[in-house]
Amino acid sequence: MSHEFEFLRRFLKDRSGLVLTPDKQYLIESRLMPVARRHNLKGLSEIVLLLGKPGNDALAVEVTEAMTTNESFFFRDKVPFDHFQQVMLPALTPARQSQKRLRIWCAAASTGQEPYSLAMILNELAARYAGWRIEITGTDLSREVLEKAKAGVYTQFEVQRGLPVQLMLKYFEQNGDTWRLSQNIRSMVKYQTFNLLDSFSSMGQFDIIFCRNVLIYFDNDAKIDIMNRMAKQLAPDGFFVLGAAETVVGLSNAFKPMPDKRGLYIHNAPAANSAAPVRPLSLAAVR
Amino acid sequence: MKTCLVVDDSSVIRKVARRILEDLSFTISEAADGEEALRQCQKAMPSAILLDWNMPVMDGLEFLSRLRREPGGDQPIVVFCTTENDVAHIARAMRAGANEYIMKPFDRDIVESKFTEVGLL
Repeated sequence: MSHEFEFLRRFLKDRSGLVLTPDKQYLIESRLMPVARRHNLKGLSEIVLLLGKPGNDALAVEVTEAMTTNESFFFRDKVPFDHFQQVMLPALTPARQSQKRLRIWCAAASTGQEPYSLAMILNELAARYAGWRIEITGTDLSREVLEKAKAGVYTQFEVQRGLPVQLMLKYFEQNGDTWRLSQNIRSMVKYQTFNLLDSFSSMGQFDIIFCRNVLIYFDNDAKIDIMNRMAKQLAPDGFFVLGAAETVVGLSNAFKPMPDKRGLYIHNAPAANSAAPVRPLSLAAVR
Repeated sequence: MKTCLVVDDSSVIRKVARRILEDLSFTISEAADGEEALRQCQKAMPSAILLDWNMPVMDGLEFLSRLRREPGGDQPIVVFCTTENDVAHIARAMRAGANEYIMKPFDRDIVESKFTEVGLL
């Protein structure tokens, strides 16, 4: 690991809470070279040199911004979470009324913002799910990001990205410059390190799979393979969620998009269960 | 075109906020304290107000309570943007009628996500 990488890794961790794992090393080059050009610097080594000296706050802000763009947000992209409340839960709740069990898999849990956003939504609806067993499983390749997810401690920067202030006040406890998610919400999510290239047989069946912004790191063959295998782990009436810029089109026949529901997919073969009447759930009171 | 009044006694902060909000297609006006902001609002209510807390002449909290009593003063969406970052201050601002709250230092992502949250984007 180069001196520059180690410096930037520590710098970003301190500044923004961003955990820069070695597999993200390529990001540094692609994100910071434009910053270097804007400042007429020769490259990463000059950026690192300047960041190490006092009085370069503007550069520090730019570097942090460039590196944290597209990193994990609470309620990232908003739409999938609206779909969760307005489409997925209203369909699955009556369908699972007898078992009172719901299993959700976040396949790229990263530092926990996505599974915890789902957990907060479910907690807001707790009265409706009294006596239910709802499991949220968060997996990620990186043990390091999952350690952070489990701790549930976020910087002031992170806790402001996508999280409505009312939910922050309700579910986070301030400790100096950091904010810790309540034990109640943390306990709703179980984490395990997992490689999406490995067998899913130990994972069991899920009602909802969030697989957002992770398949981009795989080549086409692996993408197809992962999606086809995820389809096998998904209940016949379950939902599959991709990131805003992703699609199954041209890759997998296992899923088909739901009309007018960007990023939301269902099994291509019609589900055996008949569709129950759908009544939208609302979080209006807290948003 | 949506309008946003940026209220902060630091011209540097106003400039940074202006740059971010103009990129998000807002037309920007500026005020350096609460009293000046109130005068501007009495002439024309903006769609949004990005509001500092600690300012000379009239602070952000007093401005907000006065704004909400003005005719049409319930209309602007008010987002606090301040170094006050403890729960007590945040809760106080929300009770006084703020719609969202940004703790400084902020960046583009935070402004964008908070403005999205309150339906301005």
